[in-house]
Amino acid sequence: MSDKYIDFVSDGFGKTLADRLGLPKPVTLRRHAGPGTPLVTGPVLVVSDESSRTDADAVARAMLPWGLDVRRDTHLAEDARWGAVVVVLTGITHPRDLAAPVLELGSTLRRLGRSGRVVTISRPAVGGPPAPEVTAARNGVDGFLRSLAKELRSGATGNGIVLADGVGVVTPSALGTLRFLLSARSAFVDGQPLLVTGPGAEDPSWDHPLQGRVAVVTGAARGIGAEIARVLHRDGATVVGVDVPAAGDSLAAVMNGARGTALQLDITAPDAAERIHAHAVARHGGLDIVVHNAGILRDKLLANMTPDRWNDLIAVNIAAPLTMNRTFVELGRAGGLGPAPRLVALASTSGIAGNRGQTNYGAAKAGIIGMTRALAPTLAELGGTANAVAPGFIETEMTSRIPPVTREVARRLNSLQQGGLPVDVAEAIAFLCSPAAGGVNGQVLRVCGQSMVGQ
Amino acid sequence: MPTDHPRAVVIGANRIPFAKAGGAYRSAADKDMLTATIDGLVARFGLAGEQLDDVAAGAVLKHPRDFNLTRESVLGSALDHSTPAYDVQRACATGLEAIVGVANKIALGQAEVGIGGGVDSASDAPIVVSERLRTTLLALNRARTAKQRVALVARIRPADLVPVAPDVAEPRTGLSMGEHQALTTALWGITREAQDELALASHRNLAAAYERGFFDDLMTPYRKLTRDESLRPDTSPEKLAALKPVFGKDATVPATMTAGNSTPLSDGASAVLLASADWADRRGYAPLATVVDAATASVDFPSGREGLLMGGAYAVPRLLDRNGLTLDDFDFIEIHEAFASTVLATLAALADDDFARTRLRREHAVGEVDRARLNVTGSSLAAGHPFAATGGRIVGTLAKLLHERGQSRHRAGAPALGLISVCAAGGQATAMILEAV
Repeated sequence: MSDKYIDFVSDGFGKTLADRLGLPKPVTLRRHAGPGTPLVTGPVLVVSDESSRTDADAVARAMLPWGLDVRRDTHLAEDARWGAVVVVLTGITHPRDLAAPVLELGSTLRRLGRSGRVVTISRPAVGGPPAPEVTAARNGVDGFLRSLAKELRSGATGNGIVLADGVGVVTPSALGTLRFLLSARSAFVDGQPLLVTGPGAEDPSWDHPLQGRVAVVTGAARGIGAEIARVLHRDGATVVGVDVPAAGDSLAAVMNGARGTALQLDITAPDAAERIHAHAVARHGGLDIVVHNAGILRDKLLANMTPDRWNDLIAVNIAAPLTMNRTFVELGRAGGLGPAPRLVALASTSGIAGNRGQTNYGAAKAGIIGMTRALAPTLAELGGTANAVAPGFIETEMTSRIPPVTREVARRLNSLQQGGLPVDVAEAIAFLCSPAAGGVNGQVLRVCGQSMVGQ
Repeated sequence: MPTDHPRAVVIGANRIPFAKAGGAYRSAADKDMLTATIDGLVARFGLAGEQLDDVAAGAVLKHPRDFNLTRESVLGSALDHSTPAYDVQRACATGLEAIVGVANKIALGQAEVGIGGGVDSASDAPIVVSERLRTTLLALNRARTAKQRVALVARIRPADLVPVAPDVAEPRTGLSMGEHQALTTALWGITREAQDELALASHRNLAAAYERGFFDDLMTPYRKLTRDESLRPDTSPEKLAALKPVFGKDATVPATMTAGNSTPLSDGASAVLLASADWADRRGYAPLATVVDAATASVDFPSGREGLLMGGAYAVPRLLDRNGLTLDDFDFIEIHEAFASTVLATLAALADDDFARTRLRREHAVGEVDRARLNVTGSSLAAGHPFAATGGRIVGTLAKLLHERGQSRHRAGAPALGLISVCAAGGQATAMILEAV
C-alpha cells in the first residue's frame, strides 16, 4: 500500500528527473499525530476585503487561544514560511471586491509552507441577498477556491467555509470548521467549500472532542472502518465496532486496540439497529454517533450484471443504512439517543462522478448522499446532524488489488497527486461527529485531494 | 444443597470454530488458539486493557514448553498483563474443571471476575522420544568429559530414534478409549442404528443452530474458519450406515462404532467469562446463567467393573440428589458426545433400575432423559472435540440456551435449568448445573 513514487521523486535522481520532465511531484502529507501535533507549521496570515475587516479581526482574535502566530500583514522573516492564509470574504457584494484580498494572498503563495493551508470564509450564493452582484461575488469565491486549490503544491490545500447568513464567524461551528481545515487532520481534504448553517457547540477539548460520546462504526473489521474506530477512540469516544460474524477475528483485534466492544452482526438483519442500540446502551450507557461505513463491491459492467451482484450490493450499501436510520430516528424521537446525535454515512466519489463498472455502487453511494440530505432536517429536530463523507482514491487493501497501471493513474488524478490514507477519511468523520461540527448538516464532505472528476 | 452462598454467573463465552486434526489449524499451537479465543471474548465484552482476577484453562495434549500455557496466553492477549492465570488438567473435563475453579473462587469471594476455558490441538500433539533415547540424552547432559559423551552417543541405536506417537490409550489397560467404549457399547447392547441416529441429530441440530445465528455471539472465526470443520449438514442415515466400524472389531458381538458415530480428533479452544452477579450488575452486563453446582465422579474401570466413560451415570445422580432435582426438572441436558454410544449407554444406565440398585445404591432408576431436551444445538459428534475446549463450548452454549428460554417449561414459575455431563479419561466425569438468568 506504500506509494513508492512519492519516495522516488522526493530526493536524488528521482527529484531531478521529475523536475526535468515535469512529472507530478507529490509530497508526503502532514498528518495529525495525536495530542501535541502543531495546528499549522508557521505563522497564519489573515487577509480580507475592506467590507469584511470586522469579521477578519474577530477571526484573527479567535485564533490566538489556539497558540497560533496570527498576522495581519504579509511581512515575513527571510527564511520563514506561512503556515496558512485565511481569506475572509464575508462582506463582499461585488466580484470586484475579491481583487485586493486574493492578490494579497497570491503574493504569499510562493512562501506557503509544506502542507500549508488556504481557507476562505464567505457567505453562500444561495439564500443570501438576491442582488445579482452579491450572488455573483459569493458564487465567485467557489470558482476561485477550486481553481486556486489546483495551483497549490507541496501538500498545501485550499478549502472554504461557507457560512450561512446569520451564522457568525466566531460561532463554535465556524471556528471548529476553520480549525479542522487548518489542521493536519484535513490532510486529504482539498478544493472543498463546506457549508455551515448553524452555530454548533464548543468542543470539550481539541485533543478529545468526542469525550463521553458512544459511537458505532459498521464494517469496523478492516480498512477504513478499522481506522474510523481507532480515530474516534483517539478523539475520546467509546466505540462499538460492528461487522459480519465471519470477520469476527479481525474485528476483535481492531476493537481490542480501540478499547471498545465488538458486535458480530449482519447489518442487513431486520433488527440490526435495535441490536446495535441495545448493545451500546447496555454496555456503554447510550448511543450518540452512528457511522455507516459497511459496504461491499460487486463490480461488473451493466451488460454483464447479474441480479445477485446488483441486489447484494444494494442491500448492504444503501438498503441497510436506510432501514437502520429509520430505527435510529424512532429511537431518537423516543429519547433513546444522546442530546446531539450524529449520523455519518460513507458515500464515494463514484456516487458523485460515476465510475465504469460500478453502476450498482454508484447508485448506492449516490443514494447515500440523497439519504443524508433527506435526513438532515429530521436530525436537526433531534439536535443532531446527518452528513456524508465521500472518499476518493484511498490506499486500502481493496485498492491495492487494482491493476498497477490503473492504480498508478488513479492515484495521481487529484490535486495532491497521491492516494489518501484511511486515516484521512476517519479524521473527516471524527470532525463531523464533534460538537463543533453541529452547524454542519446534510453536507457531503469529500476526502479526495480534489479529485479531477466530479464536483 | 448449599444455597446460601453467592454464586458465579456466566456473562458470556467465546470459542473458535473447531477444526479437524490436520485441518485449518494444523500449524496453530495451543497458545495461539487460546490467545485468539481470549481476545475474541475480551473484544465482545470490551475488556481490553483490564485486569481480571484470574484466568484458568488447560490442555490435555500439552507440550512441556507450555507449562504456563494459560498465563502465556493471557500475556499474549489484550488483557492487562497483570491478570493472573493458572493451568488445570482433568483429561477431557479440563475445560469444565477450569470453569468450576473460577466459579468457585467467585462464589467464595476470592475473585470477582475471571475466565475459564481450555484448548487442545490433536494436530500439534507433542511427540515423545523413546525411553532409551530420553535416558541417554539426559545422561549426555550430565556427562563431563568428551570421552563420556562419545560413549553415550555411541549407545544410541537407529531404533531409538523412532518417535513414540501420542495416543489416547489408558495407561492401566493399554486399551484405546474407543476400544474401552466398545466394551461398554456391547454390554449395554447399544445398536448401530441408535448410534447413527444420535450422530445425525448432532449434525442437524448444530447446522440448524448456525443457520439461526445462534453462534454469532459465541464464536470468533479463526484462520479463515467460520464454522466447525467436522460439521456435515448434509449427512444422512444412509451415509452414516455406509461407514465401516473402527472399534470393537475383535469382540464377540458385531462392531457398531464408526468414524461417523465417534468424535473426530480436533483442534480448538473455548473460554467463558464468569463474574459475581454484583460485578456484572455494576458493569452493566446481563448475565446468561448462574453456576449452581458441579460434581465429579470416578469409576473403577481398570478392574473392568465399570466402563471407562460411564462416570456421567455416577456424577449426575450425585449432583441431582444434593440439589433435590430430577432429570425432568431440566429444560436442557448436555451430555458430551465422546462417542454416540457413550451418551446412549449413560442414558440407559440412568434409566435402569438394576444399575441404580447395584451401582448407585438407589431404589429406583435415576430417570429417563427426554431426547427433545438433549444436545439441542448439537454436540461433539458434529462440532468436534478438542479435548479441553469442550467444557467451555458446552457451558457457553447451554448458558445462552437457558437465557433464551428464561422461565422453565417444567418447573412452574422457576427459571430454566440445564445439566452438563462431560466424561473423561481415567474413568472420570464432571457434571454441572446452570440456571437461567
